[in-house]
Amino acid sequence: MTEVAEARTPVAGTRPRAGLRTSDRGAWFLVLPALIPILLLSVGPLLYGVLLAFTDAQSGRTAATRWIGALNFRDLLHDTLFWESFRIGLVWAVGVTVPQFLLALGLALLLNQDLRLRGLARALAIVPWAMPEVVVGIMWRLVYNPDAGVLNETLRDLGLGDGRDWLSGLATALPAVIAVGVWAGLPQTTVALLAGLQNVPRELHEAAAVDGAGAWRRFRTVTWPALRPVALAITALNLIWNLNSFALVYVLTGGGPGGKTRLPMLFAYEEAFRYGQFGYAAAMGCVLVAVVSVLLAAFLAGRLRGGEDA
Amino acid sequence: MRAARTPRTRRAARAGRYTALLAYLLFLAFPLLWLLSTALKSPRELGSPHPAWIPRHPTLANVRQAFAEQPLAHAALNSLLVALATAAVTVLIATPTAYVMARHRTRAARAATGWVVVSQAFPFVLLIIPLFLVLKRLRLIDSPTGLVLVYVVWSLPFALWMLAGHARAVPAELEEAAAVDGAGRLRTLTSVTAPLLAPGIAATALFAFVTAWNEFFFALVLLKSPRRQTLPVVLTHFIGAEGVADLGPLAAAAFLATLPSLAFFALVQRRITSGLLTGAVKN
Repeated sequence: MTEVAEARTPVAGTRPRAGLRTSDRGAWFLVLPALIPILLLSVGPLLYGVLLAFTDAQSGRTAATRWIGALNFRDLLHDTLFWESFRIGLVWAVGVTVPQFLLALGLALLLNQDLRLRGLARALAIVPWAMPEVVVGIMWRLVYNPDAGVLNETLRDLGLGDGRDWLSGLATALPAVIAVGVWAGLPQTTVALLAGLQNVPRELHEAAAVDGAGAWRRFRTVTWPALRPVALAITALNLIWNLNSFALVYVLTGGGPGGKTRLPMLFAYEEAFRYGQFGYAAAMGCVLVAVVSVLLAAFLAGRLRGGEDA
Repeated sequence: MRAARTPRTRRAARAGRYTALLAYLLFLAFPLLWLLSTALKSPRELGSPHPAWIPRHPTLANVRQAFAEQPLAHAALNSLLVALATAAVTVLIATPTAYVMARHRTRAARAATGWVVVSQAFPFVLLIIPLFLVLKRLRLIDSPTGLVLVYVVWSLPFALWMLAGHARAVPAELEEAAAVDGAGRLRTLTSVTAPLLAPGIAATALFAFVTAWNEFFFALVLLKSPRRQTLPVVLTHFIGAEGVADLGPLAAAAFLATLPSLAFFALVQRRITSGLLTGAVKN
């Protein structure tokens, strides 16, 4: 996203500016209040975290922590539970991000038109964003509740069987949780895409319409090229956010049933704060970072190249 | 005229659009309405085999019971204090930095911009373990101060990014004029730039407030004693041992926990969407 912002920066630095230009030292002084906490509580801990991955650090232990090299990583390699959790995390992240994007694109295109109810829809689309994740989780637990839930009741009314315990079923738990993820992330994606749609040149749209281009053709040749940078950025961010998500699934299933929804974050949380294996959990974090970076690089490289061909 | 543009097909297209919009409205609204409906139902109705959309005997008893069962009011106060402090500190720290990021191409500004991007990619686990150890050494575990510190750092990247977008929109010529008139740097910032930045600052404060109010993971790990815990953590205590009869208080409490952020969003909804727009694409 910064890419987008950067590209449009006016030629601020090049214009001479009396008074403000006097000193770079002044600029440093202004940056300091943000820089110090970021260094102390973000950069520092992060490096510390990476180092911890190479130690046998545990919570509440009196013996000194020792370096153990890559032992944690070697253990991780053979930890089938972790890789299962990892696989679930990928299914979750892709399973949420893709429908989220498609649904948000549809909604953003609708909201960008002159329709009645648009105001209501816009307001409503913001609501899930404002809700605490814990509340979203609780709310959907009520929807999925086997006895008092609206989902089973609706299915019964429609004659589609007796319903089931969605969040405890081995087969249904992950899809059920993914549906909630899509619902919860829809607003943010929609708002971002709606913002991107403001960049679409209206005249070009009208000209294409006059020339007889159908809706799909206009979308592909006029709307999409203008929307692509924003779409790319928000999808990449969604992918990362979803891989890192915790609260929603913690509330919905706690990782159950039988670990079917145990996302990597839940796994690492349990490892660190239930079993006290700080070093091992940090190693999991490192693996996650590595995978996220590779995925992201591959995704962005692929999309950028795809754009040049089109 | 082509077939695609006859009034009839156009009307059909319009109907299709409204159908789609209604489907979206339904999808977005039904869990919310169900939450509200459950919150207003009596235990007896919740136990009935056919739950209805509209409670037959709407009651506020659930609200009372929710407050009686768990220290909700106290948790809400904790959340409020933490969120307000986070919003205030974030804005105080982020505004000058965002300004520099927007106006100067110094190494610090570029590093900050880079960090904004990079920090998005880190899993919280990697952050929370060392943070836990550091805060423990500083005796800031189980303390609202420690939590506020973490929240501030956590909201800073996005806050900086949002504010920098706004700062770029403030014409530099105005500042130059002030400088020519003999205003010092600080004076220029406080009496020329800050007022123009006010909408952006409001949006950023709002963002920080809602982030802190809603946050769960850090609060779960960093706050141990029940009387310090924030609302989302206390809410999860409701879950787990719930019988059908307890669903009412759970729904009521969850609904109440949403009200502050909802109120804030409603208040500045237009502003925050336009704020995001400014920050995101239109500088």
